[in-house]
Amino acid sequence: MSSVYECPGCGYQYNQDLGDEHEGFAPGTPFDELPEDWVCPDCSVRYKEDFQPLQ
Amino acid sequence: MKTYTLATDAGDISYTDTKRYFWMASLAYALIPFLGIGAHALFGHQAWLALPLFVAYVIGPILDWWLGEDENNPPEEIVPLLEEDPYYRLLPMLTVPLHFASLIGAAYWASTQALSWWGVLLLAVSAGIANGLGINTGHELGHKKTQLERSLAKIVLAVPAYGHFSIEHNRGHHRDVATPEDPASSRMGESIYKFARREIPGAFRRAWAIEDERLTRKGISVWSWENEILQSYAVTFTLQISLIATFGWLMIPFLAIHNFLAWWQLTSANYIEHYGLLRQKEPNGKYERCQPHHSWNSNHKYTNLVLFHLERHSDHHAHPTRRYQSLRNFKDVPRLPNGYNGMFPLAYVPPLWFRVMDPRLMALPHIDGDMTQVNVDPDKKDELYAKYGVAGLNGNMPTTEAA
Repeated sequence: MSSVYECPGCGYQYNQDLGDEHEGFAPGTPFDELPEDWVCPDCSVRYKEDFQPLQ
Repeated sequence: MKTYTLATDAGDISYTDTKRYFWMASLAYALIPFLGIGAHALFGHQAWLALPLFVAYVIGPILDWWLGEDENNPPEEIVPLLEEDPYYRLLPMLTVPLHFASLIGAAYWASTQALSWWGVLLLAVSAGIANGLGINTGHELGHKKTQLERSLAKIVLAVPAYGHFSIEHNRGHHRDVATPEDPASSRMGESIYKFARREIPGAFRRAWAIEDERLTRKGISVWSWENEILQSYAVTFTLQISLIATFGWLMIPFLAIHNFLAWWQLTSANYIEHYGLLRQKEPNGKYERCQPHHSWNSNHKYTNLVLFHLERHSDHHAHPTRRYQSLRNFKDVPRLPNGYNGMFPLAYVPPLWFRVMDPRLMALPHIDGDMTQVNVDPDKKDELYAKYGVAGLNGNMPTTEAA
């Protein structure tokens, strides 16, 4: 399973290995474990299910 | 004027931004209180302090009407070159200190000149108009991905004491826009005065809730320096307490009026940007993604230059991180009849606003007289359904909702 997911709108990338410290997601947090109502933290336009796996 | 050229397989693509140097209008507008101060110093009568208001609400709409609209878009291939050009990046950053200068200059003039109460009021209002534009600068900077621009957003938003805006707007308004849940999207039949009472406290509460949620995930108290709202408020506190300490108690009403006027500029913009527009719910219970027809737009040249293309609002909501110089005009999107400075005074007279905007809203192609496609004020629902639903443009009225 991919560990990097990209917002198709603005290009924000969520990398499981890095997490997102600013948003409070520790390194190693899988994309699947992000909240279901999570939206892109950079553009807020795209929902979690819009994100595309990269690898 | 600089011309960008890109070699492609299909030949060279060229683009010249004819507005390139005119974007500096936003720098001049940030200093607008000095126009009144200069005229007062030169001609002696304090009535000259009203000059910035005259420029904003009389000259502005006339210029928009006279100069007309600009529908040009940069070719998509050229957009990366525009986005990388440091000139465009620099302008919003350069306006940040100018907003501090406007407030400090107006405060200095208010406390050192022999003015009657309405002279002080005019100065506070002028500074409030300039720093309402400061919220717009904070808006442009706060949407960007670099730490420098995001930090400058917090700093400029501190001038009118609106440091919660970046979080509220980026994470709240952009997520909930054009839904009944959004305190920053106005509803059909809702006057701006009713909207302000919902928008100002609603935006404040939503910003704190979003920041609290983020910090809780990190295991940090909301009352910590990592709270980005508090970081901006600390700058506000330092600036405004310093003004009171330096210029005296007159600064308390002066700053209150200045802050409110700046917030009111934002309220005015929020009021007109999504009036009555509604995203539909999908079967999974989530709202459809924000579409170009969920924002009102204007291509009027003058106010778009002053406002960093904010009025090309559909593209902004489709691509919030896109920089101002690259925002595009779309065909067939909801359009306002004038720029923001002309639409604001119209909004301040609700019967006129409803008369101009309600038929325009109902005639939009995706609404076409169907009230179920409209974000309606629940208190006005029966009245508006009776007016537009039954005898609507195509009679497309859900009978169960009849008054």
